[in-house]
Amino acid sequence: MAERATSPASSSQHVSWFKDVGIADRPHVGGKGGSLGELHRAGIVVPPGFVVRTRAFERFLDALERDAPVRAHVETLSHEDLETIAQRSKALRERIESAALPPDLLEEIASAHAALCAGGAPVPVAVRSSATTEDASDASFAGLQDTYLWVKSAADMLDKVRSCWASLYSVESISYRRRRGFPEEGVAMAVVVQRMVDARTAGVMFTRSPLTGDRSVITIEGAWGLGSSVVGGEVTPDRWVLGKITGEIAVREISEKAIEHLPAAAGGIEAVSVAEERRSAPSLSDDELQQLRDIGRRVERHYGQPQDIEWAVERESGAILLLQSRPETVWSTKEAAPVASAAENPLAHVMSIFGGRR
Amino acid sequence: MDTKVKPRGFPLPSSLTIVPGTERAQAAYPYYTQFTKADDERFWFYNSMHFPEPMSAFDMVTAEAAYCALGSANTRVQSLPTTLGIDHRIINGRVYIGGNAVTDPKEIARRTEEFQKRAFYYYENWERLYAQWREKMLKLIRDAQALPKLELPEFEPLEHVRAGRGIASNHYLLDTYQRTLEGYFRMWHHHFEFLLLGYGAYMTFFAFCKKAFPEISDQTVARMVAGMEAEIFRPDDELRRLARRAVELGVDGEFREGASAAAVIASLEKAGPAGREWLKELAISRDPWFNINVGDGFYHYHRSWNDDLSMPFAGLPGYISRVKAGESLERPVEQLQAERMTLIKDYRDLLNSEEERAAYDQMITLAHRVFPYVEGHKFYCEHWYTNLFFNKIREFGALLARNGFFGDAEDVFHLNHYELESAIIDLMTSWSNGSPPRGPGHWPKLVAERRAAIAEWAKHDTPPALGPVPDVIDDPAIVMLWGITRESLDTWLDAASDAASNEIRGVAASRGVVEGLARVVKSVEEINRLQRGDILVCQVTNPTWAPIFQKIAGAVSDIGGSMSHAAIVAREFGLPAVVGTGTATSRIKDGQRIRVDGGRGVVTILQ
Repeated sequence: MAERATSPASSSQHVSWFKDVGIADRPHVGGKGGSLGELHRAGIVVPPGFVVRTRAFERFLDALERDAPVRAHVETLSHEDLETIAQRSKALRERIESAALPPDLLEEIASAHAALCAGGAPVPVAVRSSATTEDASDASFAGLQDTYLWVKSAADMLDKVRSCWASLYSVESISYRRRRGFPEEGVAMAVVVQRMVDARTAGVMFTRSPLTGDRSVITIEGAWGLGSSVVGGEVTPDRWVLGKITGEIAVREISEKAIEHLPAAAGGIEAVSVAEERRSAPSLSDDELQQLRDIGRRVERHYGQPQDIEWAVERESGAILLLQSRPETVWSTKEAAPVASAAENPLAHVMSIFGGRR
Repeated sequence: MDTKVKPRGFPLPSSLTIVPGTERAQAAYPYYTQFTKADDERFWFYNSMHFPEPMSAFDMVTAEAAYCALGSANTRVQSLPTTLGIDHRIINGRVYIGGNAVTDPKEIARRTEEFQKRAFYYYENWERLYAQWREKMLKLIRDAQALPKLELPEFEPLEHVRAGRGIASNHYLLDTYQRTLEGYFRMWHHHFEFLLLGYGAYMTFFAFCKKAFPEISDQTVARMVAGMEAEIFRPDDELRRLARRAVELGVDGEFREGASAAAVIASLEKAGPAGREWLKELAISRDPWFNINVGDGFYHYHRSWNDDLSMPFAGLPGYISRVKAGESLERPVEQLQAERMTLIKDYRDLLNSEEERAAYDQMITLAHRVFPYVEGHKFYCEHWYTNLFFNKIREFGALLARNGFFGDAEDVFHLNHYELESAIIDLMTSWSNGSPPRGPGHWPKLVAERRAAIAEWAKHDTPPALGPVPDVIDDPAIVMLWGITRESLDTWLDAASDAASNEIRGVAASRGVVEGLARVVKSVEEINRLQRGDILVCQVTNPTWAPIFQKIAGAVSDIGGSMSHAAIVAREFGLPAVVGTGTATSRIKDGQRIRVDGGRGVVTILQ
């Protein structure tokens, strides 16, 4: 169910398919949406989906503000007055979550969803907020964590889009913006709607060593089922370290994986006990590790810097899909002195061996 | 003492005892190789890399000549700043060595100035000096080949009389012996002319890679530098060529697993023109490429393929069946070189800055310049020349045995080189004066005693190191040649307390995981015990065992680094290998089931 396998509808005013966006579109599709589009353009397989652009939010907000102001109402708040912020946040979120979408907007999003389902029965989707803020450290305040998995119906999907928008008015988001004195004008949120991957195995991958910062290795962590068990730290994942260039598997730590996250019948996710014989079996084959390494290298080359990636292996097809990729931040921000510099006499380098301790 | 941590150290030399009953055999080693009380002050380690088995009295010349040459290169020729030469001592047939570090900063500075005048000249003129080296080495080999046969005729040939030679045959025994010994000592000077400089340039690049890429494996760095054209690969290449020729000529049926070389040759001689054609091919390969011995050149009984065809012939059936299965046995040199270039470029691209890339380029350029010597010299020195040397000594052995000095020509190797000269003079005297030689009444008992002592010593383990542990090992020779660092000493010290664990750690030499039965091979004679699928466990793996590598499933050794040829051969055969474990041969029992994880450098005893 690669994006390329579907017949994506053409992007419209308020909705863009991944294939039509890139990282430069971030102000309109948010970081997550832009990144997924960018990956798709780089030839990396991601679960197919579309972005509800910030313009859709603006359109929705316009309609909402005809009844009563929203932005002006927030701008008058003091960041020190948490009590009022909490009250107003609650009211605003309720308003956003219960307001009807303008009919044309509703029609656009619903038809994109229908196209995603290829005209058939609704498929489960993930609905994720995609913030437009540049600064990664702002992300948590901007509602980036609002992600709804295994959303099964079109109506539910539309509700979750509104929930994502509403997260802009969470207590944390409002007080953060007030503290920084950001204007409310232009505060907007894009939303990613993407097919769920029924993962046999999922996890994360760093295209450098989290331990030493070594850029010549790729670290992969994975466990059975959906990646939420790994990201949420509920399972000690299997861990491998591969030579980025050589493919040499230098570390293999296969852990005891007692539970896995699976889609629940009623929607959402449930933790299920793993059968005894699968617990200490490796959750990825060597061949899959090498495929992941290849994907990691391509993504890193595309962005020109080490990446922190979420991935999944689809249960039915065995295809590896990328769910997310963002720049690695811990080591990249460290100032490292050069290991060595060119010497006027190239032979001078040997003194590091022959010259003894300095 | 107010220290919480007990000072760590190894047994003192004076605490080692000579195995009872072997005292006289121990006395056969010269006085300057015996431990004394003063040696307790220094750190020594057992050089099991080069001398994994107890050495016979004659074979200690290999240590003596090598350390004479290594020391002079370090101390007097290149003036290595932080180290002089290496001392050696022998106890219970085991060779312990100790470095002679320079620690005074003033002295280091003085030596550094000299070093840069000398070593840098070598680096700058490497290609020319190395071409000259090959010529010198080939001349030395020709000279050794030209040494006269040993003859003591009843009467001097008439033509010597008529030519007025004036010198009788007995004199030429001494002359030839002294020239044999002289050539051998000279060979070692050639050996060390470039060696430390070569390793140093490689280690410079290696250390850079380890800093820039902390998790890079040793073997990856080796792959960026190691060549594929070196002479040391040729013997095995020739074997593959002979396997192909056997199939092309249709005589492959003559090569059966387990058949002796002599039997195969005899049946080929009867197999018509095709058989004779193959034997011609064999003769071409043998000179010089079968002048490779099955060890590292330090034991007289590590015979060359030429002297004992059983090793190459043991490898042929396997290669032949691979040829028949349609496999090309040609080493894809161009492809390997292209892969090496890609590897170098890809790592270069990962560096953080142009500044680092420029340094990387400088270092790898130098490493590539020196490496042909590092890989190539062994064929000429430890193999070709050493075979000529031991075979010449063997001729003396045969002559002395014919004259009743001992029962077998090989017994000559139980005399040290001074004693051998005295035995030769004894024979010369006897031949000249017509009296019986004294040797037959003197040597047989000593030889028997020493032979028994070697067998006894082999049964006893010896400590990996002796004396106080130095704070730091700053001797580039010891670090580079033996891979011994302060960390490896800690591992050895811990080994005793880890004896209960079923894991043995070493250097990750060739990636892959395999399980199988351990075949603990303590000497080269035991190689025949290896069955297909066994895991070779030995003190030191050796590249000339290459034909055996197609049979085994993995390899483990006590000593060796990722640059050892064994590691290179293991990688070429795609076999998991862990080297430099320190203790594998003493902790793994023959026939135990073990797992070798060559990517992590861990051996697990499974039962």
